[in-house]
Parts: sequence; structure tokens; C-alpha cells
Amino acid sequence: MDIGFVTKYLPMYVEAAKLTLRLGITGILFSIIIGIICSLAGYYRVPVIKRITAIYIELSRNTPLLVQLFFLYFGLPKIGIMLSSESCAVIGLSFLGGSYMAEAFRSGLEAVEKSQVESALAIGLSHPQAMRYVVFPQALAVSVPALCANVIFLIKETSVFSVVALADLMYVAKDLIGLYYQTDEALLMLVIAYLVLLLPVSLAAGWLERRLRYAGFGN
Amino acid sequence: MQDLGIRVLFMGNNFARLMGGLWITVKISLISVALSIIFGILLGMVMTLKNPITRCITKVYLEFIRIMPQLVLLFLVYFGATKSFGIQLSGQVSAVIVFTLWGTAEMGDLVRGALISIPKHQYESGAALGLDVIQIYRYIIIPQTQRRLIPLAINLMTRMIKTTSLIVLIGVVEVMKVAQQIIEANRYTVPDSALWIYGTIFFLYFIVCWPISRLAARMEKKWAN
Amino acid sequence: MVQKEKLLEIHHLHKDYGNGPVLKDISLDVHKGEVVVLIGPSGCGKSTFLRCMNGLEQIQSGEILLDGNVITDNKTKWSDVRQKIGMVFQSYELFPHMTVIDNILLGPLKVQKKDKKEAEKEAKELLGRVGLLDKKDAFPRQLSGGQKQRVAIVRALIMRPEILLFDEVTAALDPEMVREVLDVMLELAKAGSTMVIVTHEMQFARAVADRIVFLDGGEIVEMDAPEKFFTQPKTDRARRFLNTFTFKKKEG
Repeated sequence: MDIGFVTKYLPMYVEAAKLTLRLGITGILFSIIIGIICSLAGYYRVPVIKRITAIYIELSRNTPLLVQLFFLYFGLPKIGIMLSSESCAVIGLSFLGGSYMAEAFRSGLEAVEKSQVESALAIGLSHPQAMRYVVFPQALAVSVPALCANVIFLIKETSVFSVVALADLMYVAKDLIGLYYQTDEALLMLVIAYLVLLLPVSLAAGWLERRLRYAGFGN
Repeated sequence: MQDLGIRVLFMGNNFARLMGGLWITVKISLISVALSIIFGILLGMVMTLKNPITRCITKVYLEFIRIMPQLVLLFLVYFGATKSFGIQLSGQVSAVIVFTLWGTAEMGDLVRGALISIPKHQYESGAALGLDVIQIYRYIIIPQTQRRLIPLAINLMTRMIKTTSLIVLIGVVEVMKVAQQIIEANRYTVPDSALWIYGTIFFLYFIVCWPISRLAARMEKKWAN
Repeated sequence: MVQKEKLLEIHHLHKDYGNGPVLKDISLDVHKGEVVVLIGPSGCGKSTFLRCMNGLEQIQSGEILLDGNVITDNKTKWSDVRQKIGMVFQSYELFPHMTVIDNILLGPLKVQKKDKKEAEKEAKELLGRVGLLDKKDAFPRQLSGGQKQRVAIVRALIMRPEILLFDEVTAALDPEMVREVLDVMLELAKAGSTMVIVTHEMQFARAVADRIVFLDGGEIVEMDAPEKFFTQPKTDRARRFLNTFTFKKKEG
């Protein structure tokens, strides 16, 4: 193990991890917004939009992010749509993540019995109030494990960002292996970088799930 | 619109080459899924043991595989194994190893969940009939877990196919690599070929994965109770 | 019976889910302070009828009046009407993410915009009346079925409704918990509350009702004072229905 090598190139990894984190968080936020819109369209059975979101969800779930990114970054410029590397990365991640988030919210909403809405209406709450005070809090609690799993999944998916010429962790590692043949050090730092990014998220997710389970739901 | 870029698909044997590339992807997925199911069932059974050592090892294995992006695992095996053990693994072999390791972890966890959902008295009544452990699993337990596991295993298949797209990044000549070659070869004659070729691959993946995930969803629904 | 003022009037109500009528031409008046009990075989439409009364089910024709005002036209603001018509469900339907007291306060605070302190005082008083004051900070999952149902009754009561609807409120309870819920309802009846009750508890129906309404096949077959209905039913259908609750001793 070449400690000098590690310390010399550590800043590159830090920069790359920051990039991954920044784009990942942005993409996840957009995914959540898309997911909420799609799940509500399904819940309220909005006629045309419901069909469109259904098609979107199938397309998004059955194609790899890598292929989506190639299409965005190399394909679209041919019809005059030029997107920066970062835009491609965020759009691609949101396109992928939106459908996963939609499924998480949908299962949460479906888990709340219709009779809960009725009993809220029966004490005089308006429909929006019933959703706000009775349905959404319960649906969100049910969705949390799936939402956490999606966040981890999406951060992992950012590892293909190097194909749109972003200097992410994979890019840095591959570069160092190619240039200096310091494979062990480069790979070790790569693994540690992803552990540093993902372990806290994974632990926090586990903690959140346990707390919700003990908080006591279910009639 | 007389000069449609889509014609690049039908020039020479381009389409056949793309399909050939896709087959490499599907083939690697199929082999990995088959191996994952076998090893996954074994791992799942091991994970139900109360032995602290096996528990610890399987837990670390599961957590590590799950938390690492598959691309990192590919790098570890493809670059790392070559360097550390001096074995020159081809991209395809590395891919099968990584996807089997990953699939085994996923499958193992599913099998474990299915096994512990079987009530204890099912094991006990098997033993009461004089069956040995292997017979109990073979005739009583595993058949009962099938309905839960088969849809999940099919689902794993689509995830595997999608993830296999990553192997272009360790130099395996599959559908994306073929695409790059075709685009490169036609960059002057068909300048917008990238749009059409990558668009086609997008739909090729969809056409392969969509029926499989529909099938899994239908079986899950049908067998829900 | 002395004619009192009509609180709820139902005229020629017709309800259809699209595959044949569920309720056919039903008319019924509920007077102030009266306890009306709906009975009948399962699937006769009695729960649906009850749910029509506070707009949880759409009706195809007919009208419902509360205090002389039509509440079944398009202008009806149901959230206002439902404050006057309380309802208790078979499956309790407490909100599992809220404590007992928060369940009870949701209506007064969010719908009636009452002062929190005042509402809380009232909630505690009502909880005390049903013997559950010590459970005010518990979550629904920590309560037994009978306790949950008593909380659900308080949740309806605190809105000070003019009329209370009970939809088979003891059907999901273990036998030993039925009593505690029925006692609360008897108490309310004695205090002069107006109630419409759907139940399978014949003994209770006989004890609590001012009037029994027997439904079968989506129509009102018989309507009478409880003593008369249970001892001398006028129709064959009612007689057959009542017979299903009695057993003959095995002979030989």
C-alpha cells in the first residue's frame, strides 16, 4: 500500500464525492416531486394524466440508466437539444427515480383504508382536510422504508455518471488505474468513498424504520 | 425528411450486430440468474441458522454487496483480481462473477424471508413423520416458498438485464459497444445516427424487460393469497 | 307516541349501484329524541341506508331533509351537514397515527375551529363519562376493541351532533366487550339523544328502541314499537327473520 499515493490523490476523490452527492441529491429531490405527482394522478384517477404516468413508469422501470444517459447525452444533440453533462445526469436520475418514488408513494396511499377517509368526512372534515390530517401522515409512514431504499438505490445509480463525461468517483478511479497502475490503492479509496457516502444513509434509514414501527400504527 | 437517420439501422448487418450485442447482455444475465438462484437458495438456508459465525459472515456479505454500486463491484473484480491474484479475467467472466455474487445476496435474502415465514410446526410435523432435514426442505418447505419466490426471481431477472448494461464500461463488447462502433463507422454518412441507435437500444431494453416484469407482476397478483 | 318535531325526514329514497336497486322507495321520519333501530338480514341494505343519511353514499332519487332543509341537492355542503350528523362505524376507524385525545380533538379544532383549551376540557369530560379518561394519551393500538369503540363514540359526540348514526358498532367486538359499548349507547338514549342504530343485537334493540324498522330486500317491510314487533310481528318475513335467533332444544 502506497500511503503517499493515497494522500496525494485523496482530494480528487473528495471532489468527486461532492459532485456525486450534489447531483444525486438534486436528482432525488426531483424524483420525489415526480413521484408525488404520478402517485396522486393515480390515486385521483385523473383521466389522461393517469395513462401518461403509467406509460412513463413502465418505460422508466424497464430501461437502464446507462442507456437513458447515452440517449440524452449523445442522441439528443443530433436534433439540436444540447444538454450539459450535469443536466443530463440530473434529468436521467430523475427520470429513473421518479417511477420508483411513485411506486413507493402509491403503495403508501393504497395502504390507507378508504373507510379512514369516510370516518374523517363523517366528523365534518372537508376532503382536503381528510387527506392532510388522516391519509397523508399514514401513507407517508408506510412509504418510508421504500423511500429510503430508493434513496440508497439512486445514490448507487450515480456511479454511471462518468459516461456523460463527469469526473465522478468511478471516473477518478479508472483514471488512476489507467495512468499509474496503482490498482489496489485506487480501488480501496473507491470502496471507502462509497461506504462513506452510503453507510450513514443506510444506518439512518434503519433507525427511521425502527422508530416508525415502534411509534405505533395499525388499528 | 428524405435523409432519415433511422436508415443506419438497416445498412449492412447493423441491426443483426445490435441484436448480437443484446444477446451477450441477455446471456450473461441468464447465466448469472441461474447461478444466483442455486446459490441464493443455499445462502438463504444458511442464513436461517442460529450459528453466530455464519450469521455474522452472511450479514457482512449481504450488507457489503448491497451497499456497493454494482459498477464498483465490477471494477473490484475486473481490475482488482487481475492485479492481486495475477489472474487475467475477461470482462464477461468478471461480469458473471459479479452478477452472481450480487444476485446470490439478493436471492438469499428473499429465500431467508420466505423460509422464516413458514410456521415452525411445518418443520416439526415433517420431522414427526420421520423425514430427514434434506427431505423436509425438499418435500415440505421449498414447495411452499415457491409461490413467493418465483415472481421475485423473475423480477431479479429484469434488474439483472438492466444492470448488465454496465459491462460496456469494463470493455465487454455488448449492445452499447456495438452501438458505439456503428455510430463511429457512420459518423460522416449518417451524422445523426447516435439519436437513432441509442433510441433503438432504449426500446430494445424495454421490449426485453417489460414482458418479464409484467409476467412477474401478474404472478405476484395471482399468487398473492 | 306523542308527536314531536321531525329532525330527519327521508322521502322516497332510491339507491342503485348500477346492478339493480339496493334501496327501493324508502320513506322514514326520525323525530327529536327518538331512537330508531334498523334491523334485517345481511345484505338487506340497512347499512347502505344509514350511509345515505350523511352523504357517504350517493342516492339516485328521493330526498333527505334535516331540520326541514333538503340536504340531498347539489348545493349541500356536506362538511357542514356532517357536523350535525355524527356517525360511528363498525370497524371503529380511529386514526392510528393520533393519540386518543388527538383523535377526539381533530373535529373540534380543524372543523369547528374551537378554542383548544375549551375543546380539551370537553373531551376529557366525555372521556370520563365513558370511563376512559386515563387512556387519553394512548394510541389506538394500545386499546381493546371495546375501548376503541367508546373513543369513537366520544369523537362523534364532541361535535354535538343533532343525531347520531351507529353502523353495527358491536359487530367486530369480542362478546365480552359488547356490553360496555351498548351501555354507553343506552346511557345516551336515556339522556334524550336522537339516534339511528343498525344492529344485530336483538335484545339490545328491544331495550333501546322507540321504534323498530325492519328492512328486507331493500325496502321497509315493517315498522313498529319494539314490544309489538318482537312479540307479534305482522308479516311472514319478519317472523321468519326473528325465528333465526331462537333455537329449539334437541328432542329425544
